[in-house]
Amino acid sequence: MTVATAVIAAAPHGLPLADDLWSQLFNFDNYGQLVALLINSILAGAVLGLVGGLIGVFVMSRDMAFAVHGISELSFAGASAGLLFGVGVVQGSLVGSLIAALVIGALGSRARDRNSITAVLMPFGLGLGILCLALYPGRSSNKFGLLTGQIVAIPNPQLGWLFVIAVVVIIGLLVVWRPLMFSSVDADVAAARGVPVRGLSIVFMLLLGLSVAVSVQIVGALLVLSILVTPAAAALRVSSSPVVVPVLSVVFAMVSMVGGIMLALGGSIPISPYITTISFAIYVVCRVIAAIRKRRGISGRLAPESAAARSGSPAILGS
Amino acid sequence: MIAEQVALPIVDSPVLSLRDATLNFADRALWSGLDLDVRPGEFIAVLGANGSGKTSLLKVILGKNQLSSAQVSFLGEPVRRGNRRIGYIPQQKLADEGTPLRARDLVALGLEGHRWGIPWPSKKRRARVDGVLSAVGASEYARVPISTLSGGEQQRLRVGQALADDPRLLLCDEPLLSLDLAHQRAVSELIDINRRAKNIGVLFVTHDINPVLEMVDRVLYLAGGRFRIGTPDEVLRSEVLSELYGSPVDVIRTRGRIVVVGTADVPHGHPDGLNTHHDEHHDPHHAGHDVHEATPL
Repeated sequence: MTVATAVIAAAPHGLPLADDLWSQLFNFDNYGQLVALLINSILAGAVLGLVGGLIGVFVMSRDMAFAVHGISELSFAGASAGLLFGVGVVQGSLVGSLIAALVIGALGSRARDRNSITAVLMPFGLGLGILCLALYPGRSSNKFGLLTGQIVAIPNPQLGWLFVIAVVVIIGLLVVWRPLMFSSVDADVAAARGVPVRGLSIVFMLLLGLSVAVSVQIVGALLVLSILVTPAAAALRVSSSPVVVPVLSVVFAMVSMVGGIMLALGGSIPISPYITTISFAIYVVCRVIAAIRKRRGISGRLAPESAAARSGSPAILGS
Repeated sequence: MIAEQVALPIVDSPVLSLRDATLNFADRALWSGLDLDVRPGEFIAVLGANGSGKTSLLKVILGKNQLSSAQVSFLGEPVRRGNRRIGYIPQQKLADEGTPLRARDLVALGLEGHRWGIPWPSKKRRARVDGVLSAVGASEYARVPISTLSGGEQQRLRVGQALADDPRLLLCDEPLLSLDLAHQRAVSELIDINRRAKNIGVLFVTHDINPVLEMVDRVLYLAGGRFRIGTPDEVLRSEVLSELYGSPVDVIRTRGRIVVVGTADVPHGHPDGLNTHHDEHHDPHHAGHDVHEATPL
C-alpha cells in the first residue's frame, strides 16, 4: 500500500462542489505529519529539479524541446511494458527513453529530420503504452500515474533508483559542460577546435534519456516538458550569462517541483497540475520582465562615448 | 605559365602545404593535381563558382573531408580532425534567440571551449578575452547576448574567437557574406592587420574579391575541376579565366574593382546540383557569378 493511494482514498467524496473543490485543491490538515511521511518524495523532487534545470539549458540551446516530448512518450511505453511484464516501471521507462533518445540522436542530426522522426515515434510510443496498460490487470491509478505523475506513489526502492540516475546525469553534465555548450551553439567551429562533436551528441542523448526516464516517474510522460524545458526557457528570457542561466533554471525547476509537491500533499489531486502551474507562472513572469527591460532599452551595451573611445580603428590581438 | 605553384624563395617553411591533391565528389573531380603552399602571414583568396569545391577545400584542411589522393600537411604534419592551431571562421549564421552566451562567452569558447568540465572563473582568461574584445572593437557589447547583436557585430566576434588562441592558419569561409560595406571593411581589416602582425597564413574563401583586393597576396581560382594560382594580376585576366572556364570570360577592371562577366553561362562552371550541400548557405543570387556581380545596386 503506497501513501498516494492512501491519500486518494482519504479524499472526501460527494460534498457540494464549491467547498469540495477548495478542499480537494488545498488541504493542510495534518500537514506536518504528511511532510514527514513524504520527505523522500520531496527530496526526489528537489533532485529532479536540479537535473531538469541543468539539462534544460542544453535542451534549449540544442533546440530539442520537441524531441524531449517524443522521448517521454517512448519512456511511457517502456514504463507501461515494465508494469505489464513485471520488470518494473523505472527499468521499463529507462529502456524506453534510452532507445528513443538514441534513435532520435542517430537519425535526427538536423533539426528538420529530428522533428519528423520525433513526430513519427511519439504516437507510436503512446499507442504502445496504451496497449500495455489496457492489458495490465492491476489498479487504474497506477496506469494514470504514468501519464500525469505519481511521485507520492513511488515506493522507496524506486526512489533509490531515481536518485542514482539523477546523480549520474548531474555528474555527466558537469564533466562535458563546456565542450557540450561549445558544440551545441556552434558545432562547426567546435569540431574545428577538436571537440568530439558527434561523441558528445551521443553522450547528451543518453543523459537526456536518463533525465526523461526520471521525470516521467514524477511528473508523468505528458508533462515532462514542464520540468525539462519551461524552467530553462524562463531563465533564458532574463539572462544570457552562461553562469546565471543554469543557476536560475535550476532554481526555477526546484521551486516548481518542491513547491508543487508541498501544495499537493494535502489535496486529492495529482501533483502535476501544481508543478506545471508554478513552472508556467515563473515563465510568464520572466517574459514580462524581459518585455519591460526591452521597452526601457536595457540591452547591456556600454554608453556610446566609452564605446567610441575603445573601439576606434581595428587593433592587433595580444602582445 | 601560372598553372603550377609559383616558385618563390622560401623564407619560412609553409604553414600549410598540399601536394598533387585531388578531391572527388561522387565520380567527378572537384579539383585535381592541386599544389598549394600557404606561407606564414600570406593572404590567399580562394575564388570560384558555387560548387567548385572552395568550402570542400577548407573541410579537407580541417580534416572533415578526406582527399581522394595525396596529402595535406599543416605545420609539417598530416592534417587531422580538429586542430587548435587553425582558426576557423565559418559561413555566417546568426545565433538563435535563446543562445545562453554573451559576446565575451563566444570569444572564451574559442580560447578554451574544448576543455572538459565547467568553466571556473579565471583572471587569466578574463584578461585574455578582454584583450580580444577590444582588439575586434567589441568591448562595448561584451556583455550583450549574442542573439541580439547585428550580423556585423557577430562576425567581428567570430574573428576574435578564431584569433583568440593564437592560430598559425586562419580559414575563412565567406566571412563577409551579408555584411554591409562598412562591416565588410572592418572585418577584413581585422583579419589583415592580425595576419601581418602575427604571421598567420590566411585562406579566405569568397565570391567577391573586391573587399579584400588590396590585401590579397595570391589568388586560388577554382573552376570546372581545374585551378589557377597566382597574384590577382596574374590570375584575374580575361585570357586566363577564359582558358580556365573553356569559354569566353571578360575581366573588367573599373574604379579599382574587378568584375568578371560571362561565367554564368558556362555549363560546367556551376554544377550546383552535384554538391549543393557544400554551398547550401550561399546566397542563391550569387550562383554562377564569380568575382563580383556586374551591377552592384
